[in-house]
Amino acid sequence: MTNAMTPPLQSVLHPASPDAAIIAHLSWVLFGGAAIIFAAVMALMFIGLRGEGGRQVSARWWIGGAGIAFPVVVLTALLVWSTWRSADLSPQTSRGAMSIGVTAKMWWWEVRYHDPASGREVVSANEIRIPTGRPVYLGLTSTDVIHSLWVPALNGKMDTVPGRVNGLTLQADKPGIYRGQCAEYCGEQHARMALHVVAMAPPDFERWLANEARPAKAPQDALVERGRAAFLEQRCQSCHTIRGVAGAEHARLGPDLTHVGGRTHIAAGTLRNHRGSLAGWIADPQAIKPGARMPAALDIDGETLRALAVYLEQLK
Amino acid sequence: MISLLLYYIEPLALSNSIVRYHFLLPVLPRTACLAGLCLAFLAGCGKQEAPKQVSGGDPARGQRLMAQYQCTACHAIPEVPGAAGNAGPPLEKFGLRSYIAGGIPNTPQQLTAWLDNPQAMKPGTAMPDLGVSPSEARDMAAYLYTLR
Repeated sequence: MTNAMTPPLQSVLHPASPDAAIIAHLSWVLFGGAAIIFAAVMALMFIGLRGEGGRQVSARWWIGGAGIAFPVVVLTALLVWSTWRSADLSPQTSRGAMSIGVTAKMWWWEVRYHDPASGREVVSANEIRIPTGRPVYLGLTSTDVIHSLWVPALNGKMDTVPGRVNGLTLQADKPGIYRGQCAEYCGEQHARMALHVVAMAPPDFERWLANEARPAKAPQDALVERGRAAFLEQRCQSCHTIRGVAGAEHARLGPDLTHVGGRTHIAAGTLRNHRGSLAGWIADPQAIKPGARMPAALDIDGETLRALAVYLEQLK
Repeated sequence: MISLLLYYIEPLALSNSIVRYHFLLPVLPRTACLAGLCLAFLAGCGKQEAPKQVSGGDPARGQRLMAQYQCTACHAIPEVPGAAGNAGPPLEKFGLRSYIAGGIPNTPQQLTAWLDNPQAMKPGTAMPDLGVSPSEARDMAAYLYTLR
């Protein structure tokens, strides 16, 4: 939460990776060229409407020159230049890159890391943590409909298609939080299907991943213990896993909550993460994100709700 | 005011002679009287006590803090963007409310203390202590009293 006060950046015009810089460069050249051509056409129209100027240019010259030759030359040059420039984009391959699995679901993201220490898979959600300065390969898939992952500051879009794995390489130049968004309409809560890419210095990332691989720590005080008991009483474990809590280690329907307190946001980028938003979300997710698969808690008293929120908040 | 009222009502009271007197009562002044009466009544209705003042509280800053602390995760609050959660009551017209949390008198001191630490004032409440500082609580209270 070190960057909680800085608004997360989601902007094509502020590239933070080598690939995004190439895409932004291409965009600016296309925009600049289009602006010049638009201005030239407007100028010609203005001259034509005024009806002045002595020399008439024949229709043949207009069609042959401005209608055929000009576009052929300009578009060919653009094609050659953009192809040459795009060749510098990172290859979408896991070779030589760190791999992270991302599964898009209605309407959140499951994120799976490989823990180098244990060799096991570490499951998290709605936040992709990556080390800076090296390519990270995302293996993207979906379990329901087609979604698309777009983190504009880091790369272009890539669809997530059920039954296949599409690759997308991200590389962040410097630490920071970059917001991303589902970019393929996928139903009622498409607009609230966001995520955050948190780029960290490599040693920080390694520490974070080692912690993420550990099971949740046991409650340290009565309120937290009460929250943990409420988690089980409310049957949250039917959909959510918290590794280290007996009976709550195998659910995959909802996001893994083992270290939910360490994430910047909950509900796929919808709410910033703290005990208040956790409590509000648990009490009635449908008020905040109508159609989300999570039902409202029905019979939880105020103090227990608060304890549950505090329990989840301290799962870091 | 009463004379205005009589001037308007008189022809109605003499309904049997209304046709006779009708031409004596020009339409335009009567309409003007009616409008005047309406305005007088509306002015009476609109009379409210002044908003409660929180010393040292900045309502504009309080409004931004309401968004920052995501009070909207539980409360629908006019003019504060975000979700409109259902866990807590909507805060529309909070400045006119008599009680906080259904029993604590809605005074600036009590509201500031409530925002600072709700459980201390009402054990069992679902509202968590969000780590709001006393000066932030004053700003938020000042904002809430502008909701009328």
